[in-house]
Amino acid sequence: MLRAVRGGRAVWAPRGGSGSGSGGAKLGRPLRTAAPQRSDIFRELGPRLSRLGQALRGQLPESEGAWNSLRPHQNSPPPPERADVVVVGGGVLGWSVAYWLKTLENRRHGMRVVVVERDPTYSQASTVLSVGGIRQQFSLPENIRLSLQSATFLRTINEHLWVPNEPPIDIQFQPSGYLFLASEHGAATLEAGVKVQREEGAKVALLSPSQLKAKFPWINTENVAVASYGLENEGWFDPWSLLNAFRRKAMSLGVYSCVGEVTSFVADTADNTPGMPRGVGRVKYVNVRLPDSPEQQPVSCAIVVAAAGAWTGKLLDSATAGLQGSLTLRRLPIEPRKRYVYVWHCPGGPGLETPFLIDTSGAYFRREGIAGNYLGSMSPPEGREPDVGNLEVDHDFFQEEVWPRLAHRVPAFRSLKQVKSAWAGYYDYNAFDQNGVLGPHPQLPNVFVLGGFSGHGLQQSPAAGRVAAELLLHGSCAAVDVGRLAPGRLWGSEPLLEAAIV
Amino acid sequence: MAAALAIRGLRGGRIPPPPHPTGPLRGAASGALQRLGEWFYEVEVVLGWAERLRRRRLRRKNAFEGQQRWLCADSRGRWSPEVLQFHHVPVVAVDLSGSQLTYDGLDNFVLLTKLQHLDLSGCPHVDDWALGRLHVFGDSLQELSVARCPRVTERGLATLHQLPKLRCLDVGGLAVQSPGLLRILLEEMLPQCRVLGMEMEEGDPPEAPPELGQPPPLCDSAVIGGRVVPKWH
Repeated sequence: MLRAVRGGRAVWAPRGGSGSGSGGAKLGRPLRTAAPQRSDIFRELGPRLSRLGQALRGQLPESEGAWNSLRPHQNSPPPPERADVVVVGGGVLGWSVAYWLKTLENRRHGMRVVVVERDPTYSQASTVLSVGGIRQQFSLPENIRLSLQSATFLRTINEHLWVPNEPPIDIQFQPSGYLFLASEHGAATLEAGVKVQREEGAKVALLSPSQLKAKFPWINTENVAVASYGLENEGWFDPWSLLNAFRRKAMSLGVYSCVGEVTSFVADTADNTPGMPRGVGRVKYVNVRLPDSPEQQPVSCAIVVAAAGAWTGKLLDSATAGLQGSLTLRRLPIEPRKRYVYVWHCPGGPGLETPFLIDTSGAYFRREGIAGNYLGSMSPPEGREPDVGNLEVDHDFFQEEVWPRLAHRVPAFRSLKQVKSAWAGYYDYNAFDQNGVLGPHPQLPNVFVLGGFSGHGLQQSPAAGRVAAELLLHGSCAAVDVGRLAPGRLWGSEPLLEAAIV
Repeated sequence: MAAALAIRGLRGGRIPPPPHPTGPLRGAASGALQRLGEWFYEVEVVLGWAERLRRRRLRRKNAFEGQQRWLCADSRGRWSPEVLQFHHVPVVAVDLSGSQLTYDGLDNFVLLTKLQHLDLSGCPHVDDWALGRLHVFGDSLQELSVARCPRVTERGLATLHQLPKLRCLDVGGLAVQSPGLLRILLEEMLPQCRVLGMEMEEGDPPEAPPELGQPPPLCDSAVIGGRVVPKWH
């Protein structure tokens, strides 16, 4: 309330007491003894502005591109109401598909792609807990081709994923190759596999036990009939760098990233849509539950890409639970399987040339850094799978199963007694035939399943994402014919088995 | 001789003068020019230019087996006709220092099965992936230089064990974290090879290299409690 001060001073007689100064301009109004209101505003303007600035700064993220670990979803907006493609799952496969969709679309900003991830800290995601190897030593031509194309992508990663004003991407690739050992029992399979790999263009050498001993003197070649050694494009790299690179580039191309959990699909089925054939549905909305809240946001979409890794089967089960009236959905056999990784230090161990060695018994190890640390593990035998409820590490497994086998193969490891560190992660395990699943769901044609790679998803993610994007955009993929990887085979009787699963 | 000329570029050192005549001014005339050069700045400069011209010609040559001299293209990229005489002679040494060679450019060289000397120093695009391709020279390569290649790291150097005949490896000027430890590991990996250029840092007092039982002096930050402690912020 601003009152014009008439004439200035001595107009009103002084009166003790109230100093609010809000009285009318009448005689006998006291002089103000409190601070006048107009100067109130200006004097407080400074502190008010600085408080406002602090409040605003508190809303901003702490550093460029980083997540606030305490409130990771604080700065991530809710998903939009309409989208063209919703990618469920923000692991390396999900972001790879999102990146390729935006790269291969015909018009800039022609498609709205939303990636929904429920855990932005990636505490249980297979991608970041992976050992990070890449190899072409598979027995299926599709796997070899996907891996070769991924290796070419990783080599030229800065041409694809570099964002201006950022430092060049370094995935810290170590080109040391994979070494598969085979006993007499598995020698024929190994040699057949090498033949297929060479036909596809992978550079693999076959070694006899004496050549193996000459090349790697620290190996005990007992019970080894033949070994296959990858010469180029094989090794290991840092999965986190790849995930971050995909994410950053995809977001720079306009992909929306949201935090939330997809709880259910709303679909057109024969029950609610006249003319719809029985047994088939078409997803119209995806319900995303926002973090720390019971609120659900329906996102209308044309295509859903189910790239939830180990939880793809569970996602489809729970999301379609409400549709089971006319549409009995067959269960997708993609489930989590827990795998451990142990790190140990061995001063006299194998040297700088150590490849990623996979023993005849299935135990594997590789070097980590140049300071004499190694990491390795083994897939548990059939029927003795650990409980997948948590990511606790079983150290007895190392002492009883892994260490004896590795110490037999590499005598230098006999002296090591304890493990420096260990962690556990999930394989997105395809219980049917342990190979990737890539293609539209037969009963929900606009749900594209991308998962089940059972331990080789990370290494095939750039190429698999590209194939998926081409199938979605163009209907066919010229580079790799992945017809055999379609989900339809999962309920058939002919598993597409891969011999070289680690 | 070809070997000596090949090594010349390895440490960035001075070129030793060729022991046999290569230019028209050797002999009595060169002595006169040198004396003139002591008196006149202009002659000194001209002598320097002549030397640089000779060096540049040397730089661009490939040596063939049994051949004493380097052969190269002249400044306009044309080769002398005598190169055609060596059509069937295997190439023994290639000097690619400072060139723009990439991973794909090595396609042109993987067919040289008798290659003994390869100089890739100072190539800005040679990285760990390109070093992984050098295994094709495993039967013959004796000298290799990857000095001052900015993109080569210790990870690419681990692939060099595929070259068992290597006798001299120049890795000076590489950006690695712990050069002393890496040198020891390289010497263990290639026992018959002389490793040049990866000294301990200048500032360190001369001390015995750390034994492998003890943790290395420099912190290998990737290995605190295991490599992939999931890196969220």
